[in-house]
Amino acid sequence: MAHSGINVLFEGRNLIRLFGGLWTTVEIAAVALVLGLILGVILGVLRTFPNRLLRLVLRLYLEFFRIVPTVVLLFLFYYILPKQLGVNMPANQVATLVFALWTAAEMSDIVRGALISVPKHQRESGMAIGLNRLQLYRYVLIPQAVSLELPATINLVTRVIKTTSLLMLISVMDVINVGQQVVEANNQKYPTGVFWVYGIIFVMYFAIDYPLSWWAKRMDKKRLERANG
Amino acid sequence: MAKQVIKVEHLEKYYQKDHILHDINFSIDQGEVVALLGPSGSGKSTLIRCLNGLEPYQNGTVTFNGDQVVPTEKNWQKLRQKIGMVFQSYDLFPNLTVLDNILLGPVKVQKQSRETAKAAAEKLLDQVGLREYENVYPRQLSGGQKQRIAIVRALALNPELMLFDEVTASLDPEMVRGVLNIISKLAQDSDMTMIVVTHEMNFAQQIADRVLFLEDGKILEQTKGDQFFKQPQTDRAKEFLESMDF
Ligand SMILES: Nc1ncnc2c1ncn2[C@@H]1O[C@H](COP(=O)(O)OP(=O)(O)O)[C@@H](O)[C@H]1O
Ligand SMILES: [Mg+2]
Repeated sequence: MAHSGINVLFEGRNLIRLFGGLWTTVEIAAVALVLGLILGVILGVLRTFPNRLLRLVLRLYLEFFRIVPTVVLLFLFYYILPKQLGVNMPANQVATLVFALWTAAEMSDIVRGALISVPKHQRESGMAIGLNRLQLYRYVLIPQAVSLELPATINLVTRVIKTTSLLMLISVMDVINVGQQVVEANNQKYPTGVFWVYGIIFVMYFAIDYPLSWWAKRMDKKRLERANG
Repeated sequence: MAKQVIKVEHLEKYYQKDHILHDINFSIDQGEVVALLGPSGSGKSTLIRCLNGLEPYQNGTVTFNGDQVVPTEKNWQKLRQKIGMVFQSYDLFPNLTVLDNILLGPVKVQKQSRETAKAAAEKLLDQVGLREYENVYPRQLSGGQKQRIAIVRALALNPELMLFDEVTASLDPEMVRGVLNIISKLAQDSDMTMIVVTHEMNFAQQIADRVLFLEDGKILEQTKGDQFFKQPQTDRAKEFLESMDF
């Protein structure tokens, strides 16, 4: 009897392994996002300060992470830097670091954009009641920037999660990597298993990313509605 | 003799190459109300923004309560608690309720306890007739209401000098009266020292102890309020009053 391809998922510990891989992916993405978003907010705030040198350095940092493809960043940090600098980090940590630095770079641009679009009068009214710079950002500018930047931030989060599929390239046992192993190990028995394995990976990514991008869209729409009265 | 609150000497202000304020000299005693009048673009906003450090000036000095201000950002930031300012655009913080808008300065800047500050804020809200709006967000208020709250927010810090920059200029006509009444009451009842920039000539005449008339960045005349409106000393001021249909 021909084996139905879908059974590849229920063969042995395959499904558990796939979910295990998903968990690794989610863990790396989650830690990277938390660190990256926090660092990104700080860098974004710094990028609105008058100091030119500071702004230039942070701008270069952003452009570097924007221009260099994530694949290249992963290779750079995983294969090249350890040799040059003599640091040896496990692949998971390298991946987390790269994604965190990338998230921080993109987030800094989102935060900066939102901060400079808070009207100048808001800044001056805050100064007029004696707020110092820290208080001005803390109570006036950042809270107003957050509502402007939230949809863009969620879109960034979905992009980062999607891009975690590259983790297989530096031998992190993420969901894609596990999937590939499952496909190869079961190739004889389930020739069509490849569709089912990648199919379920698709469903996994979709289940995480779709609600996020739906949420971002809805918020953007609501804001436009409010802006148009 | 009344105490001198603010003194300005030989103040010069440039925007890049543009010479905006020329050798400005005046002083104001405690309790005095000064109307700063002049055509649009004469430098009124720029001048009062120099008095709380929102604009840097290139020459001259500002003396507050007898101490010459060393114009660093830090010094101005401390002084702004004593020099309240209300702007033309009623810019309450949209992310905070009316009460939190008012309490931000007293609680975060002056480190008053929230209870003390709240009691004081509610008293001020009563005086401007907006006590029932304390938990409302600014977007739910009319322009006139927002501007009254902005005045309360500045007063909550207990300033010694208030600067008003055309605070009724972007209000609907029916809202103007209410805001002007609050400023008049402040002048009469609490003896507040203030500089008022306005294009409401009747209002200026009613409250001004003295008028500074500014044109092209120069003070052309400083005249007692009642006299300025009957008998301005310069032809330019006379033309200005005529142009304002006064
Ligand atoms: N930020 C600025 N940069 C350059 N010029 C300015 C700026 N703000 C005001 N000015 C100029 O300074 C002059 C005085 O402006 P302002 O103080 O706003 O006058 P007023 O309040 O009396 O209408 C005007 O000629 C104006 O164009
Ligand atoms: Mg003006």
